Amino acid sequence: MTALLEVKDLCVEFNTDRGRLRAVDNVSFSVSPGEILGLVGESGCGKTVTGLSILGLVPQPPGEVVNGQILFEGTDLLQLPPKAMQAKRGSDISMIFQEPMTALNPVFTVGAQMTEVLRLHKGLTRTQARNAAIEMLGTVGIPSPERRINDYPHEMSGGMRQRVMIAMALSCGPKLLIADEPTTALDVTTQAQVLEQIVKLQRQFEMAVILITHDLGVVAETCDRALVMYCGEVVESATVDDLFAAPAHPYTSGLMNSIPRLRDQALDRLPVIEGMVPDLLNMPGGCRFADRCQGVQSNCSQDRIALVDAPAAAPRSVRCLYPHMASAGGQS
Amino acid sequence: MTVLLEVRGLKKHFPVRGGLLHRAEAQLKAVDGVSFKLEAGQTLGLVGESGCGKSTLGRALLRLHEPTSGEVYLNGVDIAGLDGAALLEQRRNMQMIFQDPFASLSPRRTIGQTLLEPLEVHDIGTPAERQAIVAELLDVVGLRTAVLNRYPHEFSGGQRQRIGIARALTLKPQFIVADEPVSALDVSVQSQVLNLIKDLQEERGIAFLFISHDLAVVQHLSDVVAVMYLGKIVEMASAADLYRNPRHPYTQALLSAIPVPDPQSGSNRVILGGDVPSPVNPPAGCPFHPRCPQATEACSRVAPTAVNTGTESAPHVVHCLLFSDSK
Repeated sequence: MTALLEVKDLCVEFNTDRGRLRAVDNVSFSVSPGEILGLVGESGCGKTVTGLSILGLVPQPPGEVVNGQILFEGTDLLQLPPKAMQAKRGSDISMIFQEPMTALNPVFTVGAQMTEVLRLHKGLTRTQARNAAIEMLGTVGIPSPERRINDYPHEMSGGMRQRVMIAMALSCGPKLLIADEPTTALDVTTQAQVLEQIVKLQRQFEMAVILITHDLGVVAETCDRALVMYCGEVVESATVDDLFAAPAHPYTSGLMNSIPRLRDQALDRLPVIEGMVPDLLNMPGGCRFADRCQGVQSNCSQDRIALVDAPAAAPRSVRCLYPHMASAGGQS
Repeated sequence: MTVLLEVRGLKKHFPVRGGLLHRAEAQLKAVDGVSFKLEAGQTLGLVGESGCGKSTLGRALLRLHEPTSGEVYLNGVDIAGLDGAALLEQRRNMQMIFQDPFASLSPRRTIGQTLLEPLEVHDIGTPAERQAIVAELLDVVGLRTAVLNRYPHEFSGGQRQRIGIARALTLKPQFIVADEPVSALDVSVQSQVLNLIKDLQEERGIAFLFISHDLAVVQHLSDVVAVMYLGKIVEMASAADLYRNPRHPYTQALLSAIPVPDPQSGSNRVILGGDVPSPVNPPAGCPFHPRCPQATEACSRVAPTAVNTGTESAPHVVHCLLFSDSK
């Protein structure tokens, strides 16, 4: 299977007042056509910066992609001249953002913003673009699209604005959609609507999706495969079924346990991950999760831990010296 | 059990102004006739989506918003009618934990100044005693006394929320309104703060109104859960009962919309169509009927009243016409 997107050894650094930090550290992964890949982690783990670098949207300065390759259908996007990158952005690869109110321009109607994309990338005329935009708004489930196309973003609800963002991102038929926390700003019932819509459209348009989220519940319900990130590194990568059946990295299992989820019987105490995420400017030398890990051993803090393929299960890798490996007797 | 808080027909309407003369053209009914009782030491979880009025309700209870009408009894005293010194006196008993740990702490005050202020305002203890109270509180919320001379920006979100909790505890209140206290935090920190709140419930016997959009978080902490939609409570029952046996179609949809962190769970999700209507112009009849999968023709005309589908000792109150005929 040839990958649609292949990210190799991506490193992104930022200059801050307090020094230079590495937000994304040697991240490698691939996305196959038609696949939904989840990128999971907490704030500051580098998941959004990873998504932005694919589109060449990392603000430079203060950011800088210092190493790596991002191969999209074999072309290294990091080597493309700005003009060529602009042609890809929005047509072959597009992105939807967390906060639809800030991502849409408040002084233009939804229609003006949608037709701009279509005229720019597809060279449609004004009327053609308007018709295509109305059709697209209908596809993402906006009622009476021929009327709503004249609305300004503030006239719509949060869920509707996010649908407009999706319609805009999909209007040129991208092969890859990067969705950065697309439902985090929405209510649960609206989140359910929008996620259902994304999955439906992903099948309809046969595109690949990178879904960036902090919510493991969203990953379990929508993704095929997931990468778990911690402090700029990928700590675990597996199919969603494997990941949830038996999380191998202690951070993954800690994260899964600590989500408040509906239970038949309310627990007395929620399981927690003790401590805090280390300061990105002052990363521990060995395993970055070592001082929060329950199964930490003396050699965990010595050297950088490599991301290694798990011996048994095929498409799975873990960055841990003592991973929980699913065996009949549970973990040791 | 003694009733600590009793709310009767509480309403909070905001005028919507417009036009040339800036007259009130309409009323936004953020809280529209809410009644409930809360026993001492119990936690009421208040759930609903954005704009349903849950935060406004929490603030109106503490008189951070002036209620439009209705009564709020704390220990038998109607707070809604108090002012001046009498209100200040009652405020000792009721405190608030805010959602945004970044906006709710003054950036120009040290943590010590922030925590000492309530004690100074209410003139409690000597300066030395105040210092001792604050030091003890920091210990309770899991922070070191060294933080007293530091400023909020030096702390992470989870630590700030602990400071916000310590501030709410300084006056030893009987009742705390916690408005989405963990929704700005990362999951791994969220559970730490939730466990802290749970400890406070048990050790100090504080009654909480715990406001959240997240049904799973509420389940963990609440004795009783109330579900709000468009300014009204649509269902209220003990937590165990509500989660096992949700009756109102809105509660059922809300529960089924939560993403389950288990790819094997085949979800039979109720996806609601449309959006929450505007509280300026709520639908006639049942406010939920335009989105309700079980709505009948009557739902658009008749406003449902409270029906107790449980027992006298374990009430399960539903505002839905589906249940009013069976009684």
